[in-house]
Amino acid sequence: MSDGVPGSAVLGTPVVPTGDGRPDGADAPPVVVPRRRRRRLRLWIPLGVIAAYLVAGVIGPLIARYDPIATSVADRLLPPGSRMSDGGLALLGTDQVGRDLLPQIMQGARISLLVGAATLLLAGTVGAALGILCGYLGGAVDATVMRLADIQLAFPSILLAVFVAGVLGSSVTNVVLTLSITTWPIFARVARAQTLATRSRDFANAARTLGAGPWHVVRHCVLPAVAGPLLVIATVQLGFVIVAEASLSFLSLGIPAGTPSWGTTIANGRDYLASAWWIATLPGLALAVFVVCVGVLGDELRDRSDPNLSTR
Amino acid sequence: MVAPPHAPHPLLTVDDLVVSFDGPLGTYRALNGVSFQVGAGETLAILGESGSGKSVTVRAVMALLPRHSATIERGTIRYDGEELSALPVRRTRELSATEMAMVFQDSLTALNPVVRVGQQIAELFRVRQRTSRREAWRRAVAGLERVGIPNAARRAHDYPHQFSGGMRQRVVIAMALALRPRLLIADEPTTALDVTVQAQIMDLLRELREADGMAMILITHDLGVVADVADRVAVMYAGTVVESGPLRTVYDAPAHPYTRGLMASVPAPDRPGERLTPIEGMPPSPLATPAGCPFHPRCPVARAACRTDRPVLRVVATGHEAACHYAEEVMAGVDVRGAA
Ligand SMILES: Nc1ncnc2c1ncn2[C@@H]1O[C@H](COP(=O)(O)OP(=O)(O)OP(=O)(O)O)[C@@H](O)[C@H]1O
Ligand code: SF4
Ligand SMILES: [Mg+2]
Repeated sequence: MSDGVPGSAVLGTPVVPTGDGRPDGADAPPVVVPRRRRRRLRLWIPLGVIAAYLVAGVIGPLIARYDPIATSVADRLLPPGSRMSDGGLALLGTDQVGRDLLPQIMQGARISLLVGAATLLLAGTVGAALGILCGYLGGAVDATVMRLADIQLAFPSILLAVFVAGVLGSSVTNVVLTLSITTWPIFARVARAQTLATRSRDFANAARTLGAGPWHVVRHCVLPAVAGPLLVIATVQLGFVIVAEASLSFLSLGIPAGTPSWGTTIANGRDYLASAWWIATLPGLALAVFVVCVGVLGDELRDRSDPNLSTR
Repeated sequence: MVAPPHAPHPLLTVDDLVVSFDGPLGTYRALNGVSFQVGAGETLAILGESGSGKSVTVRAVMALLPRHSATIERGTIRYDGEELSALPVRRTRELSATEMAMVFQDSLTALNPVVRVGQQIAELFRVRQRTSRREAWRRAVAGLERVGIPNAARRAHDYPHQFSGGMRQRVVIAMALALRPRLLIADEPTTALDVTVQAQIMDLLRELREADGMAMILITHDLGVVADVADRVAVMYAGTVVESGPLRTVYDAPAHPYTRGLMASVPAPDRPGERLTPIEGMPPSPLATPAGCPFHPRCPVARAACRTDRPVLRVVATGHEAACHYAEEVMAGVDVRGAA
């Protein structure tokens, strides 16, 4: 209680800030330049790789057409770099029925990226919206939605997939639906936790004391705080979703046969791992590189979107 | 400088406010009948130990109490004749910034860390006054200049963490005063700052208050600051106001033993070398407020009646109120400190 220091009149006029702490916002010393360059690489390398995947997925199949029924017994299990019977070069080898792997992987990228992006968009939007709603309102809304999320998390996604495939049939849309139902609780939980932590923070209260209503507080205080963690979750989930799609397709609960995704190609190559390693390995590598790049990009974007980190 | 003890039209009147919290240990009352008023242009200082309910009181006024755990059980909050406690929160928000505003203790947490400070202030003009983006920014920079931020036009582009504590508190003040409120609530505005900066911020607040003719509620632990800026003082203990009155009256002739102890626990500049007497004991837990006078376990002049009868705030002199059965004796100077 007795921290009082009476007699503050000795100090200078208020509008001339004398010796008010350290120099504000001084630029970092030049020592950090190499780090800056490293950080630029951390942004541009994954961006470049992801762009390459997108290009391959979008226009690759137009150039090197993939035909699911064009099998050729003579070209079975050719290793990467072989000549095929029609004279073409099988850059990545062929599979067990003699189809060129490169177009197959590019076609697969198309499906896998589409499923991944659509699922994240759907699950992310719905999950974030519900999570923010729950975190902000609390009470009965919160209890109901979060119990639903708990049930969802406890429910095996394969069972759900069986159910959806059985009732609605198997299609790309239904795979996206199934995976979205499986993933939204993760987004909802993170969004809710972050909202809870932010809604009664001082700066949210400060906004309120300046007349901000709930909508304004959510938009300006909660959303920016939720966005960073969600971005990180999304990059992790993207890998999970693409792999999950592969497992569903492997169980014939996902993408219908004839539309190759990375998952179906990997599944095809499983029986030939000893004799023809490339069938399963190359799409697997494509998947791994993609997921890693997305992860690095996500981390980097998060760091960049946080001004408290950007000057370090 | 001292305003009339009771301005004819009090700007803010809080009457018998009771607020309880649902905590893990059950429901407890953080405020147990708080009453005070602030006249237009008047500065009221609220004093009291940590946990006595100062922050809860002003948060209740600004409608910032957590919706699910806090309940206003009783009492009224009246601003300029309007009973805010009976109106939707929306009404308080409408009055916020233009009528009443608040400065928080920690400037780092009071600013949105991911939004440039100029933007945070400009937003106010855009949303509340529907000005254009450019005009809002211009006014934000002017606001920053007004609180003494050097290079305001450039600094407006910075993020909160790029400012020093003192500069950041100036930003917070600029934001609170942007729409020229008539009442500013400052909850320990300088506690997070070092001593020289504290004085600069207090000087700034005082200067702006005079320039705008605004009323102020100042919560602080610094009796020296109170002596410098306050017109009236309210002393809180265990969720109630135990004494209130004009600054000089309360300082010179405290009518409540707690206030008296408070004064004695601080070095007086005109009596160097005097022994300081801290108040004995601990404030009561809000879960177990003693019966009778809440101060009686620590009161050096407590008598039998104090253990059973709860004293109410009553007028002991013109404009001077105290909640003690023996206020007159305390004012007359019964030797409270002799009990130590
Ligand atoms: N959000 C809350 N939930 C539960 N209890 C609370 C909450 N806010 C305050 N309290 C309780 O209300 C009582 C009064 O707290 P308050 O913050 O008003 O004290 P104060 O007088 O401002 O103290 P200080 O000088 O330390 O700021 C305390 O017992 C505190 O534990
Ligand atoms: S009422 Fe009694 S216990 Fe309470 S402050 Fe007065 S003298 Fe002390
Ligand atoms: Mg407080």
